[in-house]
Amino acid sequence: MGSRFGRFVADHWVLAVAALVLGYLLLPVAVVAGLSFNQPSSRLSYDFAEFTLDNWRDPCAGPGMCAAVLRSVQIGFVATAVSTVLGTLMAFALVRHRFRGRAVVDLLVLAPVATPEVVLGTSLLALLVAAGIPQGFWTVVIAHVMFCVSFVVVTVRARLSGMDTRLEEAAVDLYASEWQAFRRITLPLVLPGIVAAALLAFSLSFDDFVVTNFNSGTTVTFPMYVWGASQRGIPPQVNVVGTAMFAVALLMLAATRRARPAGARRGGKAR
Amino acid sequence: MRRGRALPYLLLLPGLLWLVLFFLAPAVQLAATSLYDPAGSLTTGYAMTWSFGNYPDAVAAYGAQLGRSFGYAGLATLAALLLGYPLAYVIALRAGRWQNLLLVCVVAPMFTSFLVRTLAWKTVLSDSGAVVGLLRDLHLLAPDGRLLATPVAVVTSLTYCYLPFMVLPLYASLQRLDPRLLDAAGDLFARPGQVFRRVTLPLSMPGVVAGTLLTFIPATGDYVSAELLGTPNEYMVGNVIDAAFLVRLDYPQGAALSVLLMAAILVLVVGWLRRSGPTELG
Amino acid sequence: MATEEPFHGPGPGEPAGALRLVDLTMRYGDVTAVDRLDLTVPAGSFFALLGPSGCGKTSTLRMVAGLAEPTGGRILLDDEDITRLRPYRRPVNTVFQNYALFPHLDVFENVAFGLRRRRQPDVAGQVRRMLSLVALDGYERQRPSQLSGGQQQRVALARALVNRPRVLLLDEPLGALDLALRRRMQLELKRLRAEVGGTFVHVTHDQEEAMTLADTVAVMNAGRIEQLGTPAELYEFPATAFVATFLGRSNLLAGRVYGRDGDDLLVQAYGRRFSVPSARARADSGEVLLGVRPEKVRLVDTPEQVPAGHQWLDGTVGEVGYLGVSTEYSVRTGAGVELSVFAAADGEAPRIPPGTPVVAHWHPRHAFLLHGGSTFRDAGTAAPPPVPPPPVPLSAGPE
Repeated sequence: MGSRFGRFVADHWVLAVAALVLGYLLLPVAVVAGLSFNQPSSRLSYDFAEFTLDNWRDPCAGPGMCAAVLRSVQIGFVATAVSTVLGTLMAFALVRHRFRGRAVVDLLVLAPVATPEVVLGTSLLALLVAAGIPQGFWTVVIAHVMFCVSFVVVTVRARLSGMDTRLEEAAVDLYASEWQAFRRITLPLVLPGIVAAALLAFSLSFDDFVVTNFNSGTTVTFPMYVWGASQRGIPPQVNVVGTAMFAVALLMLAATRRARPAGARRGGKAR
Repeated sequence: MRRGRALPYLLLLPGLLWLVLFFLAPAVQLAATSLYDPAGSLTTGYAMTWSFGNYPDAVAAYGAQLGRSFGYAGLATLAALLLGYPLAYVIALRAGRWQNLLLVCVVAPMFTSFLVRTLAWKTVLSDSGAVVGLLRDLHLLAPDGRLLATPVAVVTSLTYCYLPFMVLPLYASLQRLDPRLLDAAGDLFARPGQVFRRVTLPLSMPGVVAGTLLTFIPATGDYVSAELLGTPNEYMVGNVIDAAFLVRLDYPQGAALSVLLMAAILVLVVGWLRRSGPTELG
Repeated sequence: MATEEPFHGPGPGEPAGALRLVDLTMRYGDVTAVDRLDLTVPAGSFFALLGPSGCGKTSTLRMVAGLAEPTGGRILLDDEDITRLRPYRRPVNTVFQNYALFPHLDVFENVAFGLRRRRQPDVAGQVRRMLSLVALDGYERQRPSQLSGGQQQRVALARALVNRPRVLLLDEPLGALDLALRRRMQLELKRLRAEVGGTFVHVTHDQEEAMTLADTVAVMNAGRIEQLGTPAELYEFPATAFVATFLGRSNLLAGRVYGRDGDDLLVQAYGRRFSVPSARARADSGEVLLGVRPEKVRLVDTPEQVPAGHQWLDGTVGEVGYLGVSTEYSVRTGAGVELSVFAAADGEAPRIPPGTPVVAHWHPRHAFLLHGGSTFRDAGTAAPPPVPPPPVPLSAGPE
């Protein structure tokens, strides 16, 4: 009896620990969702006081917040579009071509990932100031593209290197020109990777605070708004935005998972 | 297949140009700025005087914050490893059909605003909250003890923020592990603890290395947790850099601290990679 | 588009393409994968390129398909030079190893792919007829990943054949299937070929597959063709020691020609004298290898029992391997050579236990004579072939 209990504990303690850690990961999200229904007792209070639906009914009640969200969405779209194109092209070059200087390119692509954001942000600020370029919307876009490109390259490259090159050969053997083979075979098979990379880029851009903080000038993105508000007192509608982002992210994840064709997952290695 | 020799370079060109212009050139400018004459200002302009003295000056003034950055980041990395490993292990080897759902649970919080989540810890750890109440009842905390505005709150938040970056590479390397290896080890008379120590852990080392790097590097530069959940007594080097560039407008000193931070990270990372071998990052 | 097509696939009844490789060479750096290959594949033949892995057979196939560029030489299809033609301009289609079916397209779209690229009329009808030919009616909307290995194989065949290529290239098409399925698909392939016609070039390392399917087999080794002929010719009268041991098994006795007696060449080997009809000799002087297939060797108890005109070596039975349809004896001869002998398990003769003294004999017309290569100088018996041969020797054609 005792030993059986011991065996049970030995087999399951790791599950219990994992469940606790998962709880730790999800707790703040739950708190944010809960606070989105809160009517705080004072501007600087972070405790749950009273249930209300007002925050959801009128999320733009907080002055300037919706404008900041809109600004973040705009920056996110532009930065995502540019970084996805640039990163995808680079990933194709890195996976499908042999060329001199590859190691240097690899290093340059990985370096921004291995640099703390505060260093990325201050470097760019130092350059902008030295060059006399005013900070604003476009400098934020430039900064976001810079750190998103690396993540796009890594994501698309993983997908592309898992793809069987014989599929393209088969297409060309079946009377498809190189361009047709790319459009009808390569692109559809790599697309889930590109979409995933774009979603990642958007979420990185939308959520970036540190780099933006150094390069935004007077442009206020949503994270900048939250930062500023945290000194004065956070309007509860901020939690509505946080909760909505979480919900949208969940929907996106579910959608991309569903959209992926069953056969494409293994890169066509039919066996 | 025939392929143009220029094609790979054409594909790389726009992205490389971007990285050179907006990552590499700024890094050089940062190093240059760190050597500017500290007597200058944004309005009067800075003179390049190769003022290497900015470095000892910055360390003298803010050595404590620099040290604290690495201390907190090290603690957060260790905590993330200890917490993240069991979770990654369960997702990779024990979750079965729940695997995808659990992965979503790990990834999805990252999509909620990072600042908003950090602020949520203010609620969780608040003096009137359940956590503090419980700890006080258990006498783990003095009746008037707090968690907010302490290093505990800052490290808790740092650990939390970067935990997914620990879990994902760990998961990737554990998932590749052939379960038959574990069976084989068991068949060869290894007890569960030994299987873990002799087989599972060594084979997941690339994930451990990648996870620790992806946690440690951003954690050292983080200053949001210290700002929102701590007091100036918990400030890290990021807070000082932020203030130097945006409040005090002392660019040479801010740049010197940035360069110091980056240099210290490089030294630590290279040392760690030397010891530990290949990583999941490739 | 029409101007981009310098060819039209053969319709039913149209002649299939004749393929000629002239001096074809392919090098990767220092490695010569294909070494000045000359080869003619007659129109309408089922041609097998047989060889061990790394012999250059797949490289040859890829060059014909246009997927790899030759370092030198020419590829002619019906006397038209297609060496530099892009793969999508060649009236040649390939069945790939592991099929390379497009995972994001269903069976119908996979098969229709080539037709659509060439803007052929009546795609739906052609695809349906092809699918019914490979017995896959009703599978149009399935994804490749939902099919079994044999079904995927048939889709790959249909996808290539629907374009009515003048030459169909098959790259180890049955390699991924298990033995029973492979046998069934071999028959299927034969039937399909009878229905659609055309020239088939089949690359394989499986000698049984090559011999079952092909009317002409080219044995390839180290980038060169060792021998080309019908399966029976190759088996009965191999040209080189490589062919003799890669295609079935052979006992090869190293010896030397010392004279001639009418139509027979006289060979001395291991202190014994043998004769071989000169019609069955690839060499008529100097160092030679005297070959005889294990199933052509018989065992008796004493030299007196050896039939008149047969030649023999005496020895003792070593290992005995039970193979079901036959029994394999390894006989250690007094002369110091080990002979492999297959005795049909016809229920007539009892099994001979190890250690029994025996006399191994054969008729000179079953022997053959090869150039004595240095590699085979000391080979008493069949040199180990690169790919293990099947346990049962192939009965190939009439004796």
